[in-house]
Amino acid sequence: MFTPFFYTLQERKVPVSITEWMILMEALSKGCINNLNEFYYLARAILVKSETHFDQYDIAFQEYFNGIAPPLDFTEELLSWLTDPQNRPQLTPEEIAAIKKMDIEELMKEFEKRLKEQKERHDGGNYWIGTGGTSPFGHSGYNPQGILVGGPGGMRSAVRIAEARNFRNYRSDMTLDVRQIKVALKQLRQLNRVGLEDELDLDRTIDATCKNAGELEFKWRRPRKNSIKLLLIMDAGGSMEPYANLCSQLFSAANSLSHFRSFKYYYFHNCPYDVLYSDIYQRKGENIERLLKVLEPDYKVIFVGDACMAYSELVDRYGDLYFHGYQKMSGLDRLRQFKLHFTHCVWLNPETSALRNYPTVQMVAKLFPMYDLTIDGLNMAVKKLVTKR
Amino acid sequence: MTQKHFDQFKGSSDYVISDALKNAVNVSIVLQRPLLVRGEPGTGKTLLAHSIAKSLGKKLIVWNIKSTTKAAEGLYVYDTVQRLNDSRFGDRDVSEIKHYIKLGKLGQAFNSPQQEILLIDEIDKADLEFPNDLLNELDEMSFYIPETNETISAKQRPIVIITSNNEKELPDAFLRRCIFHYIEFPDPQLMEDIIRVHFPDIKNALLKDAMESFYSLRKIGDFRKKPSTSELIDWIQALMASGLDGKIKDGEIPFLGTLIKKETDINYYVSHYVRRKPGSRDYNVYGN
Repeated sequence: MFTPFFYTLQERKVPVSITEWMILMEALSKGCINNLNEFYYLARAILVKSETHFDQYDIAFQEYFNGIAPPLDFTEELLSWLTDPQNRPQLTPEEIAAIKKMDIEELMKEFEKRLKEQKERHDGGNYWIGTGGTSPFGHSGYNPQGILVGGPGGMRSAVRIAEARNFRNYRSDMTLDVRQIKVALKQLRQLNRVGLEDELDLDRTIDATCKNAGELEFKWRRPRKNSIKLLLIMDAGGSMEPYANLCSQLFSAANSLSHFRSFKYYYFHNCPYDVLYSDIYQRKGENIERLLKVLEPDYKVIFVGDACMAYSELVDRYGDLYFHGYQKMSGLDRLRQFKLHFTHCVWLNPETSALRNYPTVQMVAKLFPMYDLTIDGLNMAVKKLVTKR
Repeated sequence: MTQKHFDQFKGSSDYVISDALKNAVNVSIVLQRPLLVRGEPGTGKTLLAHSIAKSLGKKLIVWNIKSTTKAAEGLYVYDTVQRLNDSRFGDRDVSEIKHYIKLGKLGQAFNSPQQEILLIDEIDKADLEFPNDLLNELDEMSFYIPETNETISAKQRPIVIITSNNEKELPDAFLRRCIFHYIEFPDPQLMEDIIRVHFPDIKNALLKDAMESFYSLRKIGDFRKKPSTSELIDWIQALMASGLDGKIKDGEIPFLGTLIKKETDINYYVSHYVRRKPGSRDYNVYGN
């Protein structure tokens, strides 16, 4: 029953397994549901195990039970264009002012609404708008408010609930918030026995007591603690301005996680040269040569930056845009030094668009494994950092 | 199985529940699988188990998970140190190992003659491997004690409710065996029901003002921790006790400290939204 739905879900990248599908079949055979509405919740409760996949589930559900291909990929493409900070300069000042007033969620809704209006003019109306309600502006089916008007409980159809896509904001490939970053960073751990001997070692205690002819003798051992040391080096250059918020989230997640043995952070402009800054505004710097001497090679290094710069900035010995003067070596050579000194380095790049093909990005990516600054990318980077070379 | 059997849980008078959650609970009861509940802090994950216990008239066993909790502790603890001690001083018969086996919360739930409700609270607080260590025990509802060569198996499979704050990713193998529900933040309609359950004689005007202020606070995206249901309920209680209304005047909110708990959030709010009166330097977050 519903077997094609299983494949629709897989197509939409909802991680469903046979085990879960069998549980659903079991539930159906026990008569757990009366209507499609209940089926929507039942299948979701059994098949989907994370709110981050609810959105994909909603899309798959619409696709399967509505029998029409959703025009959403197109919509999402446009949405991502809209949220991409690189595109903002092309808007008029009035539009920018309007965007600043709305938060991103409202913005998306507004955009979808407009997209829908446009469709109606072009196509003369289709299913989506037909069921959506009377006004093309208000309750067009996508709009969560539109759903609420439909009446409580059983009145609304499951497809309409799916259409509302209330869980869009939980998608893991789109959102990054501090807690999610923490979850990812918590995987950075290597447990070693350190500290005071204050844990009772039962096996050795029993052994010692027996050897002592039953006279109690306690043996203690050191508790296991995380021995990971983290070095976060972030680009604070002008081209990173659109991602300032994202970077500060990453920073606050790493900073508030207390489980690292040591956590250090530095900034650079576009590319690290002779100095890394501990405070970019006051230009408080730390000489890299000194840093590489005092920091042990087992620090895990995360670079964050778009790696997008003029060719000369990377390879020229005098490439520093902000400090014209004598430098010991080019930015690229500095990066090579890092690679040689530290055993584990990764580069996180918030820039996911076509700029990733930029020559300097490619050169940096040859030096360090480069990942997107998304939850998925961060997870991969963390895995890379804890594996043996 | 008949419809009557399926709709076992209908919610209790002091806990307002959405249809989706009610379904999820009933499915997990019928399929005898653990229900994993996730959601923002303060959306009533833990209270759900209490409500189920109350409505079905069953005993609730709560297993609070801490970062140091180990899976084996939930099954049983073999108190070797006590036994060693007794053998040294000869207080008790040490040849009977049974005396030194103490059943954990999971073991108690299995061992009880009636069906019990087991709440495993905040499972994500424990070590990453914790859920995996419980896989078989939750599947089979039985475990083996090597020390006494005994198998404890559930006389009545308990209804298992597991809550998680998503601090750690749970392992896939564990997730596959659970029924999952994500408690969304209540919409204003549901929120009104929830408040009325807690304060049956609340005045309409106060409710309206308080809800308006609350949802406008939640819209501010820059808070580290947004105010949640439990904070709203505390706040309304404070408002009712003091006789104030919940209106925001010049950005000032009475008892702001009950709504916003983090110092950084309060500072952010005060600096961005509160219009300073000339002469007043400090904003008292706990009074008005």
